[in-house]
Amino acid sequence: MNRRRVVITGIEVIAPGGVGKDRFWDLLSNGRTATRGITFFDPSPFRSQVAAEADFDPYAHGLTPQEIRRMDRAAQFAVVAARTAVADSGLSLDALDPYRVAVAVGSAVGATMGLDQEYRVVSDGGRLDLVDHTYAPPHLYNHMVPSSFATEVAWAVGAQGPSTVVSTGCTSGIDSVGYAAELIREGSADVVVAGSSDAPISPITMACFDAIKATTPRHDEPERASRPFDATRNGFVLGEGAAFFVLEELEAARARGTHVYAEIAGYATRSNAYHMTGLRPDGAEMAEAIRIALDEARLNAGEVDYVNAHGSGTKQNDRHETAAVKRSLGEHAYRTPMSSIKSMVGHSLGAIGSIEIAASALAMEHDVVPPTANLHRPDPECDLDYVPITAREQRTDAVLTVGSGFGGFQSAMVLAAPWRSPR
Amino acid sequence: MSTRTVVTGIGVTAPNGLGTDHWWSATCGGKNGIARITRFDPSAYPAKLAGQVPGFQAEQHLSSRLLPQTDRVTRLSLVAADWALADAGITPADLPDFDMGVMTASSAGGFEFGQGELRNLWARGAGHVSAYQSFAWFYAVNSGQISIRHGMKGPSGVVVSEGAGGLDAIAQARRQIRKGTPLIVTGAVDASICPWGWVGQLATGKLSTSDDPTGAYLPFDRDAAGYVPGEGGAILITEDGEAARARGARVYGEIAGYGATMDPRPGSGREPGLRAAITLALADAALDPAQVDVVFADGAADPAADRTEAEAITAVFGQRAVPVTVPKTMTGRLYSGSGPLDLAAALLAIRDGVIPPTVHIDPCRDYALDLVITAARPATLRTALVLARGAGGFNSAMVVRATH
Amino acid sequence: MAGTAFTLDDLKRTLRQAAGVAEGVDLDGDILDTDFDALGYESLALLEAGSLVEREYGIALDEEAVNDARTPRAFIDAVNTHLTSTTA
Repeated sequence: MNRRRVVITGIEVIAPGGVGKDRFWDLLSNGRTATRGITFFDPSPFRSQVAAEADFDPYAHGLTPQEIRRMDRAAQFAVVAARTAVADSGLSLDALDPYRVAVAVGSAVGATMGLDQEYRVVSDGGRLDLVDHTYAPPHLYNHMVPSSFATEVAWAVGAQGPSTVVSTGCTSGIDSVGYAAELIREGSADVVVAGSSDAPISPITMACFDAIKATTPRHDEPERASRPFDATRNGFVLGEGAAFFVLEELEAARARGTHVYAEIAGYATRSNAYHMTGLRPDGAEMAEAIRIALDEARLNAGEVDYVNAHGSGTKQNDRHETAAVKRSLGEHAYRTPMSSIKSMVGHSLGAIGSIEIAASALAMEHDVVPPTANLHRPDPECDLDYVPITAREQRTDAVLTVGSGFGGFQSAMVLAAPWRSPR
Repeated sequence: MSTRTVVTGIGVTAPNGLGTDHWWSATCGGKNGIARITRFDPSAYPAKLAGQVPGFQAEQHLSSRLLPQTDRVTRLSLVAADWALADAGITPADLPDFDMGVMTASSAGGFEFGQGELRNLWARGAGHVSAYQSFAWFYAVNSGQISIRHGMKGPSGVVVSEGAGGLDAIAQARRQIRKGTPLIVTGAVDASICPWGWVGQLATGKLSTSDDPTGAYLPFDRDAAGYVPGEGGAILITEDGEAARARGARVYGEIAGYGATMDPRPGSGREPGLRAAITLALADAALDPAQVDVVFADGAADPAADRTEAEAITAVFGQRAVPVTVPKTMTGRLYSGSGPLDLAAALLAIRDGVIPPTVHIDPCRDYALDLVITAARPATLRTALVLARGAGGFNSAMVVRATH
Repeated sequence: MAGTAFTLDDLKRTLRQAAGVAEGVDLDGDILDTDFDALGYESLALLEAGSLVEREYGIALDEEAVNDARTPRAFIDAVNTHLTSTTA
């Protein structure tokens, strides 16, 4: 029996600097950055004061006042992106058996913004240990348990198949889509609305990353704050956003004659079993995830046209990842462009993996590799081709996208043009 | 799909028993673990009862290096995982590191830790937030910490689907085993009995406000008026059936079938998804309803949800055609911890030929269920169905069966 | 606290609170020049310890100095630089 192949037939992105996948691609392909001084709250008490904020108006995207009240910003992103991805796919989900339509939502920190705001109220600014339930809104539980995101997306698109939230820290955005692809392969669903969302730009998140000095303290030039692989980088820039996809089985997509962006040809996740925040410099576990994902895709390392990097802009990550790519691609690593879009849209934790999958699919669509912005002087220990400053036109049929997260999770996904003939 | 997934180890931290043996004998004996909250003063809140894990001293089990960076939920998870591995006779250091993974579920992560750091932030200032806040509260923390503690580099992950999540995690473990990883630590523990977590749970409006530990959580009773939350759950060792047999492992049973659905959006008028989840799980296990010997029900103790569950069970099995039980009447609802704990109970029920009881309830006669009430019921069991639902419309059903 | 030097005992107390003690490690032994790695403390533990010191003494430590401190002696020196400079 031929295995079921899974393809992306709908995409939507909500990202800093561009709501909508066309604006998002315009930002990336022009190498513009969307990092700025934080406007959501007064950032002056914090070490890091920059972020990549999305200019998102939920009313403009058709959410009702009650939906806006009950949903955290991340849930709002998810619902809007999911709905738009479905429209992009041209699928009429109402015509399908709802039990064959599944939902997978990635999120690292769930409704952290809503929790931060509501805690402040029920605790009266932190004064009350026995927080006051009479000040709690009815939707507080939806913030506490982020499976509410999957519920909202399922309701929005009318899905009744297996649905969940995948929460694996900063690899959530790859893992949710990998999980979704598996549902189609094994036959548990025919269509999955999958993606991820996070909206972590909130005081508690800034404070916790300040405490481990993971975010950049550079705020003199906010638009140049995110500098993956550059010798002068000193931490990541927090971002927010969502990307959602419609995944279908290849033959079904072909039968209805719809546009196919890319095949999810391979996926794997492995753990470093080392440290909740630390990485071993050899990148062995990420390399193993890459190896398995390529194997599942039936691709040789030499066939990878582009590596979409995790590229968070911490020294630890950039070196770890560079080592992992060398370890898995061998000499081909030096010939393969590898860029970090976090230089432009920041690091949106659990969302960024899906946003990077979208960037990878759009790179294939346009045969253009997005650049690493702000990369003027590479770290000598990072000696690959990071596509500095300017996007590059090149045929792009196979993309490797990788992620690395707190908890030790290391994930890799291979996107391939489904029209590529198998090896 | 010829690969079988079997359960070879069980580790339990439950409100009516710490450790599998204590919990199982308490469960068969109908021992109640629901009581007035002692972890904080509940006087000011409308609900005051919970199922709290008794006598858990983390420092007896875990290095002091782990304590500053872990919430109670992670400590309970780590200890349950240790016990499950010991029960399975597994020494992780002896196995190839990429051959072991961790798939757990979570509902609220390390919520009490989060409360402490939110308080530090808002009462004392940004510089007072712990370095550990960057991971100690988040939903992925238990899988991460278990993988680190035991050097497990295989596929790991976390799912969040509220009360259904624990079964979804076990299903995800089975997927990884089918894809070639021989051993997955799975299951779930939840614990958010802290003021901030309590206020979050109260917001559902579904908590019982009764002060009577024996009368507060009454699923399938005419007086059902909400549930009592609890903490704890079970961590299980799942293995490739062949690998387990090759090493001579004691096998509790096989994960034979699984199905998951969502309820339709409110107001749609469509049927809730639970019946479909049961049907999918039975089809996945290639079983007829008549082959199922016992059902471990979800037991929401909300009249509408109880009716939905009773109707789903009778639609699939017929009226009073299969014994049904809700041992969580002794623990309260443990969120993602409930499904794995019920699965553990189902496996031990099969082993011991006994169905643990549903306590405290007087079954409502509107439901055509054969509820096992008051005392455990001896029975020859080969196959059990476990149901778990999550707030927001999640329905999961899992079938376990004896392998001998 | 101001004006008081930061001692090895202060460091040990801080480490215990910030990160506990690894099994097999005797903090009361001769550890002044022992590498933090050998004592079971990684960068995260030292970041938390640094934060506790900053809060307790009301000082802002030099990030690089704390980051580069590989032994208790170096950590203590990094703290005392600030204690003496703020109280001078």
